[in-house]
Amino acid sequence: MAEILNLPPNLPKSQNAEVGASKFCPGCGHGITLKALANAVDELGIKQKTVFGCDIGCSLLSWNYMDLDTVQTHHGRTTPVIYGFTRANKDAIGIAYMGDGGGLAIGSQHLVNASVRGERMLIIVVNNTNYGMTGGQMSPTTMPGQKTETTPYGRDCSVTGKPAKGAEMVAAIADPQKSYVARSTVSNMIKLKQTFVKALKNVENGGFSFVEVLSICPLNWRTNNVDTFGRLQQMEEFFEVKEFLVPEGV
Amino acid sequence: MARTKIVLAGEGGQGVQSIAKILVEAGYEAGKQVLYIPNFGVEQRGGVSIAFCQIADEKIGEPRYSKGDIVIMLSDRAIDRCSTYADKNSTIIYDTSVCTKKPTCECKEVIGIDANRIANEELSSRVFNIIILGVVLEATHVLELSDIKNAMEMALGKKFDAKPELRELNYKALEMGINMVKKAGV
Amino acid sequence: MVNKLIKEDTKMFLTGNEVLAYAANSAEAEFMYGYPITPQNEIMHTWCKLLPKTEAGFLQTEDEISAGFSTIGGILAGKRAFTATAGPGNVIMQDAQSMAEMMRIPFVCAVMQRGGPSTATVIYAQQETRLTCYGGNGEGFRIVYSTAGHQDLYDYMIKAFNTAWKYRFPTYVLADGYQGKMREPVMLYDPASRGITMVPTEKALLAEGEIGVDRKSAHMRNTFNMEEELMEVLDGYQADYDKMSEEVQEWEEYRAEDAEILVIAHGIVARSARTAIDELREKGIKAGLFRPITIRPLAVKPLRAAVSRAKHLLFTESANGQLAQMVLEKIYGLTTPYSTLFKMGVGVTGDDIVKKVEEIRIKEAI
Repeated sequence: MAEILNLPPNLPKSQNAEVGASKFCPGCGHGITLKALANAVDELGIKQKTVFGCDIGCSLLSWNYMDLDTVQTHHGRTTPVIYGFTRANKDAIGIAYMGDGGGLAIGSQHLVNASVRGERMLIIVVNNTNYGMTGGQMSPTTMPGQKTETTPYGRDCSVTGKPAKGAEMVAAIADPQKSYVARSTVSNMIKLKQTFVKALKNVENGGFSFVEVLSICPLNWRTNNVDTFGRLQQMEEFFEVKEFLVPEGV
Repeated sequence: MARTKIVLAGEGGQGVQSIAKILVEAGYEAGKQVLYIPNFGVEQRGGVSIAFCQIADEKIGEPRYSKGDIVIMLSDRAIDRCSTYADKNSTIIYDTSVCTKKPTCECKEVIGIDANRIANEELSSRVFNIIILGVVLEATHVLELSDIKNAMEMALGKKFDAKPELRELNYKALEMGINMVKKAGV
Repeated sequence: MVNKLIKEDTKMFLTGNEVLAYAANSAEAEFMYGYPITPQNEIMHTWCKLLPKTEAGFLQTEDEISAGFSTIGGILAGKRAFTATAGPGNVIMQDAQSMAEMMRIPFVCAVMQRGGPSTATVIYAQQETRLTCYGGNGEGFRIVYSTAGHQDLYDYMIKAFNTAWKYRFPTYVLADGYQGKMREPVMLYDPASRGITMVPTEKALLAEGEIGVDRKSAHMRNTFNMEEELMEVLDGYQADYDKMSEEVQEWEEYRAEDAEILVIAHGIVARSARTAIDELREKGIKAGLFRPITIRPLAVKPLRAAVSRAKHLLFTESANGQLAQMVLEKIYGLTTPYSTLFKMGVGVTGDDIVKKVEEIRIKEAI
């Protein structure tokens, strides 16, 4: 038994073994998401040509999480850094990894324009319905009625407007012939990995991909395990989990 | 004179910048030192258009100058806007058939010409600015007519080749401008 | 590799913006990222017009934030990439410029100053001097060349790429709307013919070699956990910056050796000062010019020497003393009195300077 416990963790090749598996808060969805992503990169065998960009917020903790060439920036600017890169290096597979704040608020112009232009890259927005790193404020995707530090009495949509739906927005403006757009969830890791595989395949084919990942934030949500996944289930009902655009050949 | 400073000012659409370009191109090709700053403020959309030109024998220092040796004013607004660029050494030339008033600022002399009327009546409204180019050429005496014709060929050669009568029209306009200044006796 | 268009000495009659595009090509720049803003647009226009011949790259981004960050992306891919901006564009691009400072990215940017604050005028100013030197939330680890006409634009744009790639600090060609839009003769040349070799570029990400076999994966971060961790990095940067300063600093003195009244000006205003100084000298007035070419870092030793020799200083700028503030800090302790001629967002002419110097002579009895 002791021997089994001493086994090294079974990490994907594209994950940085030196850092290990635990870098985020206990119960955070980033670890699950990044592991699924690393597995997808491994499956496609694209590790050596993938460039990974991560944003600020909790996603910044992934700056050395992957065994991939990585650059970290902030405020959704990861998107222009990565498309700047893939414009200059036609063989590279670019991934921009950020939260709902970086993708849908402060860096939303980059998401909108990268989608419209069909930049050859995968944008991942990890949606945990709040700004985690800054202490749990309302984000564009905060659920109606959800309590955050800036909506201590619950999100009042008559004041704040309704939650932003990233995948629907991107699907509405991206070129359906060239774009893969999906919303996935950390509650189904196998499906999440399959989604990433499709998204990356589309980038390999020269297309643009967007994946929104419904994720969990027990620390800021102040939820226990059961409630965390209960909340995630509510999110999955509110934000439709499906593929919005699937181009031919993916 | 080692350096001649020319201010050209008119309404957007009068072709001020086009002739400024031909003028400095002519100077450049003739081996002079030249410098041209277009006024390109928000005004370029429907406002006063100003070109600051310099033609010199030696390397030009300041790109923007306080006072012009020749200040051309082609509209009332150009008179209002550009009086500040004239002083006791400046020759002001304005178009009497466009302007409803005469420049009253300090200057060496004021010459009125009616290029706009003559362009409309005798040639074509399109060559109004080329008449002005002739005026500038004769009023400054720093370039030869052939220099200007060369530069016109560079700017408009393709159009001239397609329609040879345009070349004649433009040459006539140039000559008219030259004669206007001669008649005024600068 | 791009195709260089200028293979031999070629005299041309161009606008400054056109000159910058040619210079970037002569410097073997491979990619431009940009967003439209007056008065720098023609840099992009010319760059784009030349693309079929140069086979370089271009991306028109959604704003200057993206222009700055995508330029960084291109540089990380190992391309000699650059951007250009002005005014409010320069303001929002500070975000990317700060990151380039933090990550020692050889970022090259041409700034064609326009009036400020905010939209102000699209024409001309020297009001982005402080912003270009010290913008962003940091210490201004940048190199800024202030040009005074088209030959400078060509020479220093080429030099900017080499300075940036050699020292890994963001490097700027600081010009203005007049220089961008005005037309004057310029000599274009192949840098090799002047003994200039372009510093080779390097890929920061996806470099040669296989991850896990030949090398480790590269992890470039912009965030530090601890204050001390950050300070250690920045202390290193400061040391590098100080070491480099004497190597890169450039200045020009004009009739300054015996000058009683020393004009201190940069960029296009320094050119007006030369006109004024010639005129003043003809009148028997001993005026001279000290023009910092690198306004960051300033050439402190020669500056202090010139200031010490003079009886009176005249700072003149198309701004309210942005350069003067930087210079005054560096000449602390010297007692030469000074006057100012500041025209915010307006060109300073030779006449303006002549008049001011004559006033100073009477007032100060020089």
